[in-house]
Order: sequence, then C-alpha cells, then structure tokens
Amino acid sequence: MSGPSKSIGAFRVAGAGRHTPARTARFTFDGKTYTAMEGDTVASALLAHGVHLLGRSFKYHRPRGVLTAGPEEPNALLDVSRDAGRRQPNVRATVQEVFDGAKIASQNRWPSLSFDVSAVNDAVSPFFAAGFYYKTFMWPKAAWHKLYEPMIRKAAGLGVAPEEDDPDHYANRYAHCDVLIAGAGVAGLTAALSAASTGASVILVDEQPEVGGALHFDTSSAIDGENGFDWAQGVAAKLKAMPNVTVLTRTTVFGYYNHGFLGLAERVTDHVAKPSTAQPRERLWQVRAKRVILATGSIERHMVFANNDRPGIMLASAARSFLNHHGVVVGRTVGVYTAHDSAYEAAFDLKRAGVQIAAIVDCRTQPGEAVLAEASALKINVITGHSVVDTGGRLRVSSMTVARNGNFDRRKIKIDALIVSAGWTPSVHLFSQSRGKLKFDEARQRFVPDIYAQNCVSIGACNGTDDLAETIDEAITAGGGQAVVVGETRFQWTGGMIGAAEGAGPETSVKAFIDFQHDVTAKDIRLAVREGMHSIEHIKRFTTNGMASDQGKLSNMHGLAIAAEMLGRPIPKVGLTTFRAPYTPVTYGTLINHSRGALFDPTRKTPMHALQEAEGAAFEDVGNWKRAWYFPKRGEDMHAAVNRECRTAREVAGVFDASTLGKIEVVGPDAAKFLNLMYTNAWDTLKPGKCRYGIMTREDGYIYDDGVVGRIAEDRFHVTTTTGGAPRVLNHMEDYLQTEFPDLDVWLTSVSEQWAVIAVQGPKARDIIAPFVEGQDLSNEAFPHMSVAECTVMGVPARLFRVSFTGEVGYEINVPSDYGAAVWSAIWERAKGMGACLYGTEAMHVLRAEKGYLIVGQDTDGTVTPDDAEYGWAVSKKKTDFVGIRGLKRPDISRAGRKQLVGLYTKDPKEVLEEGGAGGCRSEPAEADDHARPCHLVLLVGKLRPLDRIRACGQWPGAGGRDALCADGGPDDCRRGYRSRILRQGRRPHQWLISVLRRLPRPLPPAACRYPARMAARPPFGWNWPHRRSACRCVCGPAMLRQCRLPSGLICLCDRRRPQPPTVAPRSGSGRTSGS
Amino acid sequence: MLLIHCPYCEEDRSELEFHGAGEAHIVRPHNMAEISDDEFAEYFFMRNNEKGVTWERWRHQRGCGRFFNAVRDTVSDRFLMTYKAGLPKQAVPSADAAQAIAEEKTVETYEATEGDAR
Repeated sequence: MSGPSKSIGAFRVAGAGRHTPARTARFTFDGKTYTAMEGDTVASALLAHGVHLLGRSFKYHRPRGVLTAGPEEPNALLDVSRDAGRRQPNVRATVQEVFDGAKIASQNRWPSLSFDVSAVNDAVSPFFAAGFYYKTFMWPKAAWHKLYEPMIRKAAGLGVAPEEDDPDHYANRYAHCDVLIAGAGVAGLTAALSAASTGASVILVDEQPEVGGALHFDTSSAIDGENGFDWAQGVAAKLKAMPNVTVLTRTTVFGYYNHGFLGLAERVTDHVAKPSTAQPRERLWQVRAKRVILATGSIERHMVFANNDRPGIMLASAARSFLNHHGVVVGRTVGVYTAHDSAYEAAFDLKRAGVQIAAIVDCRTQPGEAVLAEASALKINVITGHSVVDTGGRLRVSSMTVARNGNFDRRKIKIDALIVSAGWTPSVHLFSQSRGKLKFDEARQRFVPDIYAQNCVSIGACNGTDDLAETIDEAITAGGGQAVVVGETRFQWTGGMIGAAEGAGPETSVKAFIDFQHDVTAKDIRLAVREGMHSIEHIKRFTTNGMASDQGKLSNMHGLAIAAEMLGRPIPKVGLTTFRAPYTPVTYGTLINHSRGALFDPTRKTPMHALQEAEGAAFEDVGNWKRAWYFPKRGEDMHAAVNRECRTAREVAGVFDASTLGKIEVVGPDAAKFLNLMYTNAWDTLKPGKCRYGIMTREDGYIYDDGVVGRIAEDRFHVTTTTGGAPRVLNHMEDYLQTEFPDLDVWLTSVSEQWAVIAVQGPKARDIIAPFVEGQDLSNEAFPHMSVAECTVMGVPARLFRVSFTGEVGYEINVPSDYGAAVWSAIWERAKGMGACLYGTEAMHVLRAEKGYLIVGQDTDGTVTPDDAEYGWAVSKKKTDFVGIRGLKRPDISRAGRKQLVGLYTKDPKEVLEEGGAGGCRSEPAEADDHARPCHLVLLVGKLRPLDRIRACGQWPGAGGRDALCADGGPDDCRRGYRSRILRQGRRPHQWLISVLRRLPRPLPPAACRYPARMAARPPFGWNWPHRRSACRCVCGPAMLRQCRLPSGLICLCDRRRPQPPTVAPRSGSGRTSGS
Repeated sequence: MLLIHCPYCEEDRSELEFHGAGEAHIVRPHNMAEISDDEFAEYFFMRNNEKGVTWERWRHQRGCGRFFNAVRDTVSDRFLMTYKAGLPKQAVPSADAAQAIAEEKTVETYEATEGDAR
C-alpha cells in the first residue's frame, strides 16, 4: 500500500477509486473532524479513516458498522445535519454523499458510541426474545400506553425526529413517457440505447449519483472494449445529449402503481455543500409510462452465522465498491466467508491493492473453477468445506473462528475485516409492486418474475439473468430498437445459499443475525415457528423480520428459508411477504412537496374579506372558507362582542357577509318539476318573485340540506345551499338529473362564487338599503317577506331577497362578485352612520337559534328527518314523488318516540354549554334504563334527583301538536312570535312540573344572556355532559344551547319520547341500535 | 393510480378526476311512494357488493361532470369497460379481458398466504 495522504484517510489506496484527489470536503462525525474526497459517501469517507463503528443496534444496542455500500443498508443509520434548522435522522451512511461542513452523529447510544449503557440489553437478551413485548407487557392494561410503550420506545429505536419546521422546499413534477427504465446498470443503459434509437421518449432513472450499477465495483467486465464504468459514463453522456431521453440520477423509483404510474424521488441538493435556495431539496416525479423496463439488478445477501454483525463485517460487493469506486480498503487483514463466487473477486481486488487476505472460507466444497485458479495464482489461501462459526472483537471484528463443516475443531484467524457473500437476490420489488407474480427458481434458490400484470419487462439480474451477454441481449430486445453492445466478463459466478449457515442451525442458540436493523436472529424465526406462526406473514409480524426501514432487502430470503426448514415445507409453500412501496424511505417533504402551509389546502375568501379584516374581524374556518366570526371592538372579548352584535342587530340593524352560501342556478322549462323532485316542498306553486325555504332529504328521508330558493322567472330558480353543502348538493342534483330524470329539460350551474351576498338584518334594514336600490319598491306591500326581485343596487345588477335568518326584517343583496366590495363599502358606510354594526357568524348563530332556525350539519347529523327537527310542515303532503318520499314512510322513521330536536336553557345564564355537546345528541341510542326516566336527567347524572330540579323549556317555530305546553316565553319571545313550550315525556302534561315552571324567575334581558356557545368551558368534573358527538341521550338541539336565559336551572328540553320498556338484553359491544 | 376511460370525453383520464357513485343499474321505482317496505329496502339498502366483476356508477367529477357506468373487477381493481349512463347493463367485455380476469389470481393477501400455510 503506497502513500495515501493522511488527511483523506489512512485506508485510501493511491491510484484506486474514481475520485479526484484535489477535491476534498471536511465533515464531523460525533464531533471529530474528518476529511473526505468529493464523491465519497459518509460510509466510504469514514472507512477511509478506519472508522467502522457507526451505530448501535435497535434492540440489543450491539456495536454496528457498515454492511453494504448501497441503498439497501440496514445498519449504518446516522443523523446528518447541515445547519441548525436542517437535521435528518436515520440517513443511510452508504447513500448520503459527503458535503463540506456536514455534521454527522451516531444514533441510539448513550452516553457515547463506544460506551453505550444500554448495551446491557445484549447481555440480558434471553429476556428479549421475539414477541416478548406481546407476552410481557400485557398487564395491567392501562400501563401499556403510560409506561411500557414510552419506555420501550425510548430504549429501542433509531434516530430522533427533528422538531423544527423544515426550512427546505420540495418540488413536484408530472411526466409522461413511452418507456421508463428503472436502473442504469449495463442492462438499463443498453435498453435505453435501444429504446432511444426508436425515437421513443425515454426516462432513465438511477438511484446512485452516477450511472453504472454493478459496474461501480465490477472491474473485471469490459464493455465495448473499455472499462465497464467508463463505458457507462460514455453512454450516459450520449443519452443525455438525445432530445428524447431524460437521465435522472440520485433518483429512486420508489413505487410502481397502476397503469404504468410510477413515483420517483429525486434528491437534488443533499450532496451539495451550499445549495442554492432556488433549488428544491428533493423533487417528486409522478410519471405515467406506457412501458416500463425494470433493470433494478440484484442485492447481495450476507451469511447467517454467529456474531455476524460486528463492525468490520460487510458484504463482499460493498468492500469491492469501497475499493474500486472510492479507493478505500476496508482493512489490512481481511477474511472472506462465502457461499458464492462473487466474494472471490472482491478478495482478488483487495489482494491486488495490497491487502492481506487471511483466508477465503467457502462453505461449499466445490467453488467455481475459474475463481479457484485465480486465487491460486494470487496465492490466496482458500479453505473449502469450512465455515466461519463465530467472530471475535468488541467494537470491531478482530478474529474469525473457522471450523470444518460438521466438525467441532475450531481455529481462530486474526482479521480486521470480514467480507461475506451468500449470493445475490434479484431485486423484484418494483415488479411485485406492479402486481406481477413471482416464481421460485429451485436451482438458484431465488424468486424471479413470472407473470406480468402490466406492460413492463424485467431484464438482467433482476430477472435472474446472470450472464452479461444474455443481459445485453435482453436489454436490446426490451428496448425495442437497435444497439450494439459487446460485453465480456472474466468469471462466471456460481453458488449461493439462503438460510442459516453452519453453526447457526436449529439446535444452536447463537446470535446469527438475519435482520440487522431490527435485531432479528435465526433463533427468533425458529421461535416464531415453534410458537405456532406458520405463515410467513405471521412470522414477519411476530419477529419484525423485514419490517425495518430497509424492508428486508437482505433478510427476507434468509428468514423465509429458515422458516421453511423449520416447517419442513418447500419455500414457495411458505409464501413471500408482499413487496410494498416505497422501495426505500422517502421523506414526507418529497411526498407533500408544495402542499404545506398556506398551500396545504385552498383558502376561499369572499370579495368582502379584506374590508372585514380592516374592521377588525376575527375569522373562523368554515370548510375552506374564511368567514368573519365576530368583530371585537377595543377591549371587547368574544362574549362582549357577540352580545353587542346581537343586541345591535335586534335593535338597529346588522350587516353580514353571507357570500359563502352555496348557490345553484336551476334553469329550464322543467326547473320547477325538477325542484319538486329534489325538495320535500312544492315548487310549482311558487310564483316568480317569491322565495321559499326548502328542505332536501335523501332517499332514506333524512335531511340532506336546506336553503332558501327564489324563483326568478318561470324557468329560473336561484337555489341556496348550506356553505359546506354546496358541492354535494350539486352532485346530488346532477346525479338525479343525469341518471334518474334525464328527460327533464333542466340545467344546473354552480354560481356560489359568482354572487357576493350582503345581508342587512334588523329594524332599520330597509332604511339602510333603500337609497341604493333602484327598480324595486321596498315597501312591505310591494316587497313582503320571502320576496325576490331582480333590480339594481348602486347601479349594479342585483338579486334582492327579502329573507331573514335572524327573525328581524332582513334583506340579502346578491351582486356580482366583482362589485361585492364596492356595494358592501357603501352600504356599511351608511349603516354605520345609522348605528348598525357588522356581525359575524357567532352572532348569526345566536340570532338564528333564538328564532329557531335550523343549521343542517350542526343541528342535524344525517339521521334527522324533517319531522324530528320540527320541520314536518315543509314536507309536502300532496306530491306523489320526491326524493325521500318513501323513506319518510319507513316504520322506524314514522314511529312514535323518535328523538326530537329541542332547546335547552341553563340554570345559570353564565353557564354555556359546549356547542355540539349537549346537542349533537342524536347519535346515541338511549341506555336501557333511561326509558324509565325523563331523558333530560341523563345530562345531570349524579347531580340532581329526578324531576325535582328541572327547569325545562323549549321553544319552537311552527305548530306541531305536541303533547307539551308551557308558556315561559316572556315578552321578548312573544314579540317575535315564538311559541315557547315545554316538551316533556308522556302524552299529558305533568301538572306538578308545570307548577314548578310557572314559578320560574323571569328571563333576563336577552343581551345579558347570550353566550356564544363555542366559548364554553368544559363542564365541571363529575358532570356527565355529553361532549361533542358523544352521548347526550336526550335529543336536545345544539341550536338552543346557545341561549342561556333562565337564571334558575338546567334546562331541558326534552322530547316526545314515550316510555318504553327497558331493553332486557344487556348492550353488547358498542353497537348502535338506533335507526338505520 | 388508475386511468379511467370516460365514455363522454372519450379518453383515458387519471383516477383523480373521478368519483365512485355506487352500484349501477338500480332502477328507481316510478311509483316510489307506493312501493312496499321490502321493495324499498331492496331498492335502497341492498347491494350485491360482489367480489369480482361489478357494475358501478362513476362520475367524471373534475372533468366533464357526467355520470357513467363501469365494469370493474374488484379483485384486480381493473376497469374492464365503461359506458354511458342509460345504456343497458353490458356484458363483461372481451375474451381478452375475461382472460385477464381468469389469470388474475388473488394477490398475496393475508388470507391467501394464511390459507396456503394451512
């Protein structure tokens, strides 16, 4: 070994490797500074300095080093940071390229890598056998979440996730191509040449920084007469120059989905010392390829023997890569343990680089003749029919123990690195993801592609093709065009084994690792089988074999072979676990790319948004919309603001942005006929110029949506929907129009964003808008409640509705969105001068609740019929058909005793029930014993005795002939013509209860008692308030919960449920028993 | 991500543009108000939910907006054909497609491997 520069590592070999000596980069590993060459991976750079110990294992905290030189690495996972904000854990040292200034740290160790306290786990490992979690931490049950799981997570694990926001940005691209080629080794490059020659658009993808694949390490193959790797770079340059070819390096095809759709992750700047901020860190490619050529190669397997995991033990191909590509030798005295010829070539290369080969231990008796001859020529000691049965060394391998197969004589050989090979596993991941079926090749003990499910083809090593010339032929054919490539290779490889090697067999108890990342040993697999796991899927889950982030690229075949041996069944019968995307870990950043922060979800703003913002509005999210919630003045909290807004709207007027309401234009000769079918009400009787409140049910009779519909002309309706319901209502209407009633001559158009809607509500509403309106007499006689007119407002064409969602005189001015802000400004200017206010959704909720108006989706949950919500009046009795007509006649819908939407007061006006809490309420069936008691008591379990302290009052618009009564309305209610009633159980009023109610104190004035429900605190401990979506067994509507008027008591409201015999059967499980 | 052929647009479009709409060829009774509970249950609640070839409705929601029918194999998740709404129920398309279905063995599900193991 001659004169390597100390600064770039004592284990560099002059003249070896492909990096440029002049270009170096400095980085730190666990605080110590090292110099690397540009192009090094972290693994090669550290190995160059003789650093083999890179981490601690997941469970036993055993010292671990580098096992591979590629993306399949299970061991060497490190924490890489660029600066304070950019840190990524669990980075594979064999993939991450060194850049100047990188800070790299080992993981899963404390206090230091070389002295890790948790390594005691290794000594007590008999207690940690596979599946021990499942058996050990069963009791007490509650301790799992609180104690065991946190403890286990802390002890076992990998890196620590960063907590900072990711400062980088990520990009996304879509692409289409005729041919996508995954893998740019000999096969992929040749196929690309062939495909490109046809003029097809080609995308060639490779996960490494440079093309070449196995040519990175394979120096004994020559192609077209030149060194393989050089040939590959030449071909890549040629391909890049072609207009129909895209070559993507540092890009992984991580998923192969339906219909030629593939996901690619491109690492753009991770290898750059000072990335431009204009560049994304990574880029997601979503490619639709007409045809896919899989040239993904194969992955070398390790040997399974005792203590095969010490730092310094690695795959033969990895050692060869480090030497031939990076110019680094992995040791001075290297042992070789193999069942396959390929390791011999690694030994030859190392030997030629000046490394002493302690011995090649081959567990076969008859290795390939060509390699044996070469070994003899190089004077390498080959020991056939022997196995390595143990290794020594603590933080690095220091010896291997060799024994003749079937013999107990052992001898120790001193080494400082051990390279192993059990043969090669075709990389069929993408093929399997495409739903292709594999077959087991008995002769070579491997799974290879069999039946294709998509338009793709596997070529080369991933197809089980070993011969170079054959691979090239396959590639040219797959490309469908012409190419002339001649490959020669010196050695034909033979051999290979799967499963445990000598000394790690069924009767042994040594730690022979299969899955390095999850610390699964051969013994664990056998234990799983003994415990009754007979399917490979069960064995995998019991042992966690193949479940680590490397997804068993090295371990799956070994695990399968050991299981098959234990079960005494052929390997294909034991089955293969499913290959799932992603092939290698993909960052969340890549997957979500632009879709975060403000771009995570669209935000919809009304045309008047900025104006309301300027008025100090607090906004709330309603679906994607931002809606003004309330308008606090200086010093006001939400309570105060909402109370003021409510009072002002009642006494003067309020201006409200109702633009978010869904709006659908229903036009055509059959428009009225269509609406008759879609809504429960009748629409043919509605005159042009009038509007009507409509309820839409689904076919099962449950309320789906509601809204005011104005008839603009005989053949034109302006339909409004709930804010959140607009898309589904349009979909629902389109569905019926297109598929059930295609004969109707009707067109539907979404106009939600075409109209800005300014609602002016309150006693002075007419005065406020009058000066702006032209073309419509606003007098009560000419334009009564529930009228609609086309007119102009400030000269802008408008649709003016006289409707109210607050119980006051009200107008809703629809103007084209572009004019919304201008009209709003003018109206608000005038309204302000007259003492009006802006109000937001919270006040709107209070006002409408007092009026008793329903909000679909808030007061209803999809199991509420119009009758349940006291809106039975809106269901036409005359129509012969509408969507829901039959559903409403179902026995369960029409039975007595259904839950009912009612209102609540709280005793203490300051007590505000949580919205949707005591409401929500319809979703749960009553408890059996509730039937014997008035249902509102359920709210008060443990606090009140039945009946004696109940203050019940509900108020409802509309008639309904309920068996309930009471007049607790007070003047305030009466003014608005509400009918307040007590709803109680049973047909006849309970005289005693009525007398109690009559003694109730008078209500407080409205402004003092309107507490916005959403501000409510949780009820005191011990109160069984049902929370959101949970359990009020009563049926109280959340609407009414917003009011808290009675200073005296809880409120209820109850329903018309009649006493029913308690259900005898105990409730089983959590099954719902109500309705359908 | 599937490509789905919209029979109105007459081209293959990405799955993202479509929305499923349940089983196809369930006729809404013309005398809706008069049908019996059983008939209503049959119409509204009962679905075949077959494993294998099913006839379903889809909507080209983010495209032309039209509802159409599709023949899909729920095992392989393949669309065998699509056709316009209102057309009668179509036979499973071609021999090729039938062949494809026949060849499509169950993927390596938990049940399948478990079955093998026994």
